[in-house]
Amino acid sequence: MSDPILSVRDLRVTFDIKPSGAWPWTPHKSLQAVGGMSFDVQPGECLGVVGESGSGKSTIARAICGLAPVTGGDVLFEGESLLSMSPEARRHHRRYVQMVFQDPLAALNPRMTVGEIIAEPLITHEPKLPKAEVRKRVQDLMERVGLLPNLVNRYPHEFSGGQCQRIGIARALILKPKLLICDEPVSALDVSVQAQVVNLLKELQKDLGLSMIFIAHDLSVVKHISDRIAVMYLGRMMEVAGAEALTSNPRHPYTRGLISSVPVPDPVLEKSRPRAVISGELPSPLDPPSGCVFRTRCPITREACAGERPAVAQVADGHLVSCPYHQDNAFGDVVQTA
Amino acid sequence: MSLLQIKDLRVEFQTGDGAVNAVNGVSFNVEKGETLAIVGESGSGKSQTAFAAMGLLARNGKAIGQALYEGKDLLTMSRKELNRIRSNEVAMIFQDPMTSLNPYMRISDQMAEVLQLHKGMSKKDAVNEAAKMLDAVRIPDAKARITMYPHEFSGGMRQRIMIAMALLCQPKLLIADEPTTALDVTVQAQIMELFGDIRKEFGTAVILITHDLGVVAGFCDRTLVLYGGQVMEEAETEALFARPSHPYTRGLLRAVPRFDRKDEALLAIAGEPPDMSRLPEGCPFAPRCAEVRDICQTAKPVIAGEAHRRACHVPTEELSHV
Amino acid sequence: MFSRTTADQLAGVANAQAVKGRSLWQDAFRRFIRNRAALISLVLLGFVLVFAFFGQYLSPHEPDFVDFSLRRDIKNLGAPSIENAHFFGLEQEGRDLYTRVVQGTRISILVGVIGSLVAVVVGTLYGAFAGYMGGRIDSVMMRIVDILIAIPFMFVIILLLVVFGRSMVMLFVGVGLISWLDMARIARGQTLTIKNKEFVEAAVATGVKPFTVILRHIVPNLAGIVIVYATLLIPQLIITESFISFLGLGIQEPMTSLGALISAGASQLGFGTPWMIGFPLFFFLITLYAFFFVGDGLRDALDPKDR
Repeated sequence: MSDPILSVRDLRVTFDIKPSGAWPWTPHKSLQAVGGMSFDVQPGECLGVVGESGSGKSTIARAICGLAPVTGGDVLFEGESLLSMSPEARRHHRRYVQMVFQDPLAALNPRMTVGEIIAEPLITHEPKLPKAEVRKRVQDLMERVGLLPNLVNRYPHEFSGGQCQRIGIARALILKPKLLICDEPVSALDVSVQAQVVNLLKELQKDLGLSMIFIAHDLSVVKHISDRIAVMYLGRMMEVAGAEALTSNPRHPYTRGLISSVPVPDPVLEKSRPRAVISGELPSPLDPPSGCVFRTRCPITREACAGERPAVAQVADGHLVSCPYHQDNAFGDVVQTA
Repeated sequence: MSLLQIKDLRVEFQTGDGAVNAVNGVSFNVEKGETLAIVGESGSGKSQTAFAAMGLLARNGKAIGQALYEGKDLLTMSRKELNRIRSNEVAMIFQDPMTSLNPYMRISDQMAEVLQLHKGMSKKDAVNEAAKMLDAVRIPDAKARITMYPHEFSGGMRQRIMIAMALLCQPKLLIADEPTTALDVTVQAQIMELFGDIRKEFGTAVILITHDLGVVAGFCDRTLVLYGGQVMEEAETEALFARPSHPYTRGLLRAVPRFDRKDEALLAIAGEPPDMSRLPEGCPFAPRCAEVRDICQTAKPVIAGEAHRRACHVPTEELSHV
Repeated sequence: MFSRTTADQLAGVANAQAVKGRSLWQDAFRRFIRNRAALISLVLLGFVLVFAFFGQYLSPHEPDFVDFSLRRDIKNLGAPSIENAHFFGLEQEGRDLYTRVVQGTRISILVGVIGSLVAVVVGTLYGAFAGYMGGRIDSVMMRIVDILIAIPFMFVIILLLVVFGRSMVMLFVGVGLISWLDMARIARGQTLTIKNKEFVEAAVATGVKPFTVILRHIVPNLAGIVIVYATLLIPQLIITESFISFLGLGIQEPMTSLGALISAGASQLGFGTPWMIGFPLFFFLITLYAFFFVGDGLRDALDPKDR
């Protein structure tokens, strides 16, 4: 394996929550959104991150982009620590890591034209570039992402959701970044448009040799686009493996439950396949369970789960599971392939 | 007689930018105890169809056509009778439960109010009955939690409460508008399982309005596909998924990434969903259709067929097999 | 696959002229001109402005010229008349009321507009900065505003005018000092919502500098609410100024303002010269109503969801 482009080491993000109606001297509660995540992204690879709401998957993206306060651990980009950089150096470094956001319209400043929006990163990092050159690059890129280049002077509200997301992608790509972080880029889009954007991202990733982190709650989409998938639950990593291995041979009880919850658009299969519904709901992140965070909903939980945080076990090459009882097959086979 | 019969329903909204035709001639039936899925993307008119039938359109909206509930037209009946049907016979569940729960009232009071009003129960009996219903939708510790306020419950629990409230008067028809869209997959699976149990237990007919083909596949007897405010295709769910005969349905099924299959390229439908204020003259799907013919640009296709209905100018045999 | 084919389709149209977009401002303008009350008020306001800044050219009289020939019997000789070109009659000192009202309207509007401009510039930048920075900077900056707001401003203005002498400059200083406080609070509140929007995050993630983010992304999105508040602030400031002038502390002779004219007119009410209060009062009310309705119309036009 070559050197990873991004290494996240034991990353922790904790938010201070002021309890409502508290006195100024009441100690704040701390919400651990991400509690010690480690993973690598290889050059040219797409890492999928899956999790439900509250799993901390978006916080990871924001922490890597410097939008969320990192309270522990480190983020290394090509071996260089992003967190120990001076603010000025960090700002210059941002051109290598760009982000695509979830809400296509909210991610675009409503008072700016599409051309201005896409050009902003370029003007920020290369202020001396002649205007004509900026305009040319913007229009070339618009064409590349499937937008009519003569729409540069339009405003975001004149576009549909799918087109807005294309604008967001163009903005993220204009600096030719090395790593693209997509935070739920298609979950706000209609099914038919979703496929367009997924295909576009996949194609761009291949053509430009981008490394990508693709974050979503929809396992089907993540599986489709990713080389490897990491499954998160309540700020912890549950399982990480190659996309094929994870979906055909999930080891962690949460991953298995998640997979069996994903509805499949095939009535015959859907009505016949065994259900292993995960009971209960996400515990409060203000007061996470001790030991394994999933134990309150886990079908194979035992007393020992409340004690230590589970160690990470290697099932196969590159297939990591943070459950010591992963050989227990309480669910039976949840995965069926048609 | 069908439980609900929608005949050539049209919904028009007057807006500052002109008229918007949200629903353009939708017809379908719902039988007793049946589950019907109405599938469509945003702007397909799927929610407005249900809202129009229940008299819940926004003030600038107007419904034309017929919505026969047990033979009586919901669109022309008196306000009083419509209210009686809406409270006793047909219940609705929405995507965001917080919009229909009063944030300043305890769950017990909100649920008891319904029973006191429609069943004439005493407050005490009503609260007991409500607690039983919360038990039925598997809210743990229902007796104790019934006195809590809506915001003290999680999203999934709130949706359960909404379902419990909808079932209080044992309706014959339950209309669920994107009931699981705001929920996580694991919670969605729980709620869909609950819907299945309720159907068995109470024999309620369900109209499930959704954009998620996966949810439809696991739950519904029949499926209706809407696009641009028109029915594109309608069939038994199994038949529709196995042999989709409309280019839009086919495109939709190919555009969804499949979890159960090895990596296939997603075949996206080109273009954008239609602008409802400027619908094309012919078939609403024509601008995005790969099978488009000249006639599709000028004439609206008429829905035809018995068990498997479709609205397309091109005969099924002539569609290319991709 | 998809974007390949689109790219082909695009090739044909790529050379077409860039299409002009319709900005939110243009949308708002369309909504505004559909609002009848606001449109009429805007036209009225236009007339008042023309009157205030060019009205003196219609009259042969100077605002400080005392017509001694008519002064002996203002009640009978000083009534409004076209013949001697005293359109609004004379005021109690024998000066031409028409030119006095022109001058008074002008000064009142100037006080309102300039005060409001100070509020907009200082308040918006202060509030946006505090809100965007957040944390301790925000706390300190907003506590300063709280302290200033707690001071009874009318008292301060009166004190300023008494201590430093009654002058236009002092009046502007006094009004400017207080008017930006509310604006700062409003701007900060809005900034707090805007700074969590994804487009601001996108700019930060790209490496745009904080001040550029404030000026490029925050302030333009504050503009809507700021403009509305500013148009509603103008009439408030006119009332404030008039009140101070009514007390006799504001604008001093030979200058005048609508408040001072109304005050003078009110003192003559018992002498059968109703035009002395009538004309200034008329312009005072027209100006206020016009500003209020325009502000209201702007609010509806700029924020259609809030109706």
